[in-house]
Amino acid sequence: MEMPKPDKSIIKRKSAIVARLRTVLPEDAVLSDPAETLAYECDALTAYSCRPLAVVLPDTTDQVSALLRICLEEGVPVVPRGSGTSLAGGALPTEDCIILGIARMNSVLETDFLNRFIRVQAGRTNLSVTGAVEHQGFFYAPDPSSQLACAISGNIAMNSGGAHCLKYGVTTNNLLGVRMVMMDGTIVDIGGPYLDSGGLDLLAVVCGSEGQLGIVTEATLRILPKPEGARPVLVGFGSSEAAGACVSDIIGAGILPVAIEFMDRPCIQACEAFTSAGYPDVEALLIIEVEGSEEEIDHQLGLIKRIVANHGPEAVKESRSAEESQRIWTGRKSAFGAMGRLNDYVCLDGTIPVSQLPLVLKRIAQISAEFGLDVANVFHAGDGNLHPLLLFDANVPGELEKCEKMGARILELCVEVGGCLSGEHGVGVEKRDLMTAQFNSDDLEAQLRVKDVFDPGWLLNPAKVFPLSVSSGRRAA
Amino acid sequence: MNPADEREVAEAVAAAREPIAISGGGTRPVGNPATETVPLVTSALCGVKLYEPGALTLVASAGTPVSEIHDLLDSNGQQLAFEPIDHRGLLNTAGEPTIGGMAASNASGPRRIREGACRDYMIGVRFVNGEGAIVKSGGRVMKNVTGYDLVKLMAGSFGTLGILTEVAFKVLPAAETRAVLLIEGLSVEDAVSAMSSALCSPFDVTGAAHVPEGMDGDPVTMIRIEGFVESVRYRAGKLQELLRKFGEADVERDPSRTEAGWKWIRDVQKFHGRDGDVWRVSVKPTDSPRLARRIRDQQDASFVFDWGGGLVWILVTPGTDLRLHLSGIAGHATLIRASRETRLRLPVFQPQSAAIAKLSEGLRRKFDPRGILNPGLMA
Repeated sequence: MEMPKPDKSIIKRKSAIVARLRTVLPEDAVLSDPAETLAYECDALTAYSCRPLAVVLPDTTDQVSALLRICLEEGVPVVPRGSGTSLAGGALPTEDCIILGIARMNSVLETDFLNRFIRVQAGRTNLSVTGAVEHQGFFYAPDPSSQLACAISGNIAMNSGGAHCLKYGVTTNNLLGVRMVMMDGTIVDIGGPYLDSGGLDLLAVVCGSEGQLGIVTEATLRILPKPEGARPVLVGFGSSEAAGACVSDIIGAGILPVAIEFMDRPCIQACEAFTSAGYPDVEALLIIEVEGSEEEIDHQLGLIKRIVANHGPEAVKESRSAEESQRIWTGRKSAFGAMGRLNDYVCLDGTIPVSQLPLVLKRIAQISAEFGLDVANVFHAGDGNLHPLLLFDANVPGELEKCEKMGARILELCVEVGGCLSGEHGVGVEKRDLMTAQFNSDDLEAQLRVKDVFDPGWLLNPAKVFPLSVSSGRRAA
Repeated sequence: MNPADEREVAEAVAAAREPIAISGGGTRPVGNPATETVPLVTSALCGVKLYEPGALTLVASAGTPVSEIHDLLDSNGQQLAFEPIDHRGLLNTAGEPTIGGMAASNASGPRRIREGACRDYMIGVRFVNGEGAIVKSGGRVMKNVTGYDLVKLMAGSFGTLGILTEVAFKVLPAAETRAVLLIEGLSVEDAVSAMSSALCSPFDVTGAAHVPEGMDGDPVTMIRIEGFVESVRYRAGKLQELLRKFGEADVERDPSRTEAGWKWIRDVQKFHGRDGDVWRVSVKPTDSPRLARRIRDQQDASFVFDWGGGLVWILVTPGTDLRLHLSGIAGHATLIRASRETRLRLPVFQPQSAAIAKLSEGLRRKFDPRGILNPGLMA
């Protein structure tokens, strides 16, 4: 994977740049010692790393504004970072860049239950947003598996989803407004604590722009009343195809569970060994969750079980307690971690039309055999968002490259059947060079022009999202 | 101009020497008055291109009538969850609303409070920009973060960034049944409190509206729940208990009466056939009683509160600058219906901060460098 050549003149001016940054930031908010910046050399896409020029950890919006102005004057690229949990390399530094970490800005600024919103600093972690409102019976809906660690700023940058977005939508559907600092230091408020904003929907492009348009320092988020109850049911099948067909039937029958998750045998076994979730020993497993009162849950699960019965299930197991439900979800949300104990892997994130599920699962198995690398599948089946984990051994020379080629082949397959490269993780550096498989030059040009408007000098996270050859005329470096 | 397909739209734009006024069915003439323009009608770009009920997705050409989409979804037990408003009665227009016009105006309805707006269900677009280039964004899948989300940017851009040629939607199952709780005689303050209580409950309210002069002239507050029969019965009972402190709620279950009632709210039928300017104001729900009071102190005005009070439709004396009453209240007001003179004097869309206005103008220039697509409509 190629990154732009670092600008030597910036690296030479390191001490002067760091000194300038110190004039606008607290003493402990500028890290330039290589021993300290080491922790920022990569995010959760650990295959790639690079130590940045320096790291800044501001704690106010004004500090962000002041430091960005300096970076603009000095022509220094800025790579924003929430909690560093990106699986796509969204926070991967270059040698000549400043990492702007937002983690210290994690306060709750306002909660308004009658109007059903919360305003937080964007470094706050996803789960602690819910933590701030659950005593009043509310929650924040998007729930990426990394929700214990990941920051709202990163959720906004990647438009993160989660297991429950089949019913509740992803970040963009739950984001009401942001305070954002532009690369020239201008502070803008987009949207607010009301449902619609007049004028062009700028919030829509900011959300999912991978930190390329501005630094989001505050967010106004929609909060929802918690359902009375929720109950998952585990359904085991003899084949992935049978599980896939069952998903399509449930949705087609007019039932919209809050989540339908899929795992195949390798994932089931890894999760079971890791968390003792109580999963059955089957080829393919669905976790289907519904919400409501006890009676409502019984009714919905009754309808679902009737459909499930048509697909020859090998196991049907309803959760009988809150603790059991908790274990079932802990198992699922630990899937990436559990697989990581066994193997190095590359995690894909393509989305496909749900109807193509059986075909795509079969093709993935063929591609896996062709390349000689195993694949474990875990994904959000209800919305067709796949997460094939491609297993490889990083100690074997050439295996990472082989694995990446295989990943590219699978993502191209997703696009071929009418899907896309990324459903919720973002493009980052990981899928950057595949963008031309999904978009032609006119499509990409329209996106590039959006960045031209927000960041004319192309200093914000410049080497991400677009193939380097496509963005080369625009980037400074 | 009446292009037959996307290619012809692109050619027409590339060849255009004069500003273009884009029109689908011509039923939503919202915006600042146009100067000299040539009309371009998209109604020939018609037809559903893909519909997969099992995948909850539908793709259609921009000129496809909304009614055709409704009928198709209805026959499969599905729906456009955002319940798009039909502007014809409010704006005194005839013609056939198109899904392109619906998307370009981000037309949503009462269910927006629970399910989201039109933009939230748009998963893909194709459009022709101001240079005549054909651009696509998004696709036909429910989750997609590949590249910037130009899909939602196009929603509500009223044709000022490009001419939509195709739109893909996520659709949802239609509910098995619905019930509406009706409480009569509440003040606006109490109605907003009652609606907030309902919306803060776990009972999945999909509509919450209040009309100070209801169908029979008295104030009426409406709370809607939808779902499976047993479930709706259970939640209706729970909500009755919860709202008892505001008054006894009657439960209306008749399908045609409840449907008509929410169409009445959705299309703001209260204002149909009545003179005056119509404003659409988006605020925090708890701010709406204060706003209504301020206006009433000055003049006779009529109100419809939707979205639990977060959306206020206001009928006022022609020429009134309603934004004067918004000071100190976070939100924005759009002038939906007024004479050309009034719309020349009062911007239709809420004036923006300098920084936001600069970004919006920057986007328009990048998407339409010659400024020929609905010029001046939004700013």
